Amino acid sequence: MERIPILKMGAALLVTIQVDMHDRLAMALEEDLTAKIAGNASKGVLIDISALEIVDSFIGRMLDNIAAVSRMLDAETVVVGMRPAVAITLVELGLALTGVKTALNVERGMALIQRRIDADVVDRGELDDRSAE
Amino acid sequence: MANQTDVTLFKVLGGQEHAILTDWQNLLKAGGALQTGRIKEAELDTQCKTFLSQLRASVGTDGGVDKSGNSYSSLRSMLGDISRSRAVQGFSPTETAGFVFSLKQPLFNAINKSSDDAATKAASIWYTSLLLDELGLYTIDVFAKTREEIIARQTREISELSTPVVKLWDGILALPVIGTLDSERTQTIMENLLQAIVDQGAEIAIIDITGVPTVDTLTAQHLLKTIAAARLMGADCVISGIRPQIAQTMVHLGVELNVVSKANLADAFALALARVNKTVVSVKALSRVQKNGPAE
Repeated sequence: MERIPILKMGAALLVTIQVDMHDRLAMALEEDLTAKIAGNASKGVLIDISALEIVDSFIGRMLDNIAAVSRMLDAETVVVGMRPAVAITLVELGLALTGVKTALNVERGMALIQRRIDADVVDRGELDDRSAE
Repeated sequence: MANQTDVTLFKVLGGQEHAILTDWQNLLKAGGALQTGRIKEAELDTQCKTFLSQLRASVGTDGGVDKSGNSYSSLRSMLGDISRSRAVQGFSPTETAGFVFSLKQPLFNAINKSSDDAATKAASIWYTSLLLDELGLYTIDVFAKTREEIIARQTREISELSTPVVKLWDGILALPVIGTLDSERTQTIMENLLQAIVDQGAEIAIIDITGVPTVDTLTAQHLLKTIAAARLMGADCVISGIRPQIAQTMVHLGVELNVVSKANLADAFALALARVNKTVVSVKALSRVQKNGPAE
């Protein structure tokens, strides 16, 4: 079955969705992502949807779910690259994705996650070698 | 072709054209057609003259009172032009229709003089009256349509004019909203803002509502939608310029905007600069720092 690749970048996971999302694919992604976050003890998940032209209510809810699940596993979800038309559609559907952080592009999203990882390091008062990988 | 009444009208128009024209022009001028200064005497004279000769041609070729027929098409298009130009020049509907209706009196006089048979005269006057009424109504139709076009165009222009997205600094956009926020304008504003966020890679957008006269629950909802959409794109929004009375009304209405809001655009801009790690300093302070190094 078709799967969306999940790339590990240090303490973060990177997902770029470049195919049209259908519901089974979305559910598979949610499962894979949960397993990976737990397995790698990731601190951040970056989902790039700049190639997605159509986001329906199901995909919107799935993004919300992924964010909720990763929060439970102590990872922050950032959705980046949403198109203007998609943003308007989601708002009209009443899905404001309040639990998800957003950024304009991958670069800024990564900066957001990096800040969170750095803050973690400071909190624990130790250097985390994962972020340097 | 024509029945009796048509022939009478045609003959009258042919034989006494000059007298009718002079009568009509005097009547129009006495009625104050030129007083407003929106139309020149020569222009009015030409319009009268053309109208009369067109009317004569149309009456000559057609029977009944069928004004939608081909023979009246040139007359109608000419009348259409006249009433369109008057709508643009700002004439009132009465003044515009008066141009046609004022022809009644000179025509009736001419018909009266033309024949001795009372029945023929009555029939001819009835026919002429119908004809002019219909032409007058047509004038009003065109007039109203032109006015509606003008209004529609102005509405479009206003909505385009009043939704600019301004770049204040790298990564900082301002959206001064002027006028009432209805759903159609919200859509335009939203699209403009989101596109500008993508184009400029903006991180923060200031929505300034100094120019919004009232904020009710619906307006607030529209604002929140715009803010939610901008957030989905990865940009934060700050609202500024809520006037004191509007703030009071919103609280009384129970409208809540759960976003950062500042009293004026300057404060919002300062906040936005802080978010992108920039600040505004006076030149004096800057030179002091450069000389002495940063204060401890």
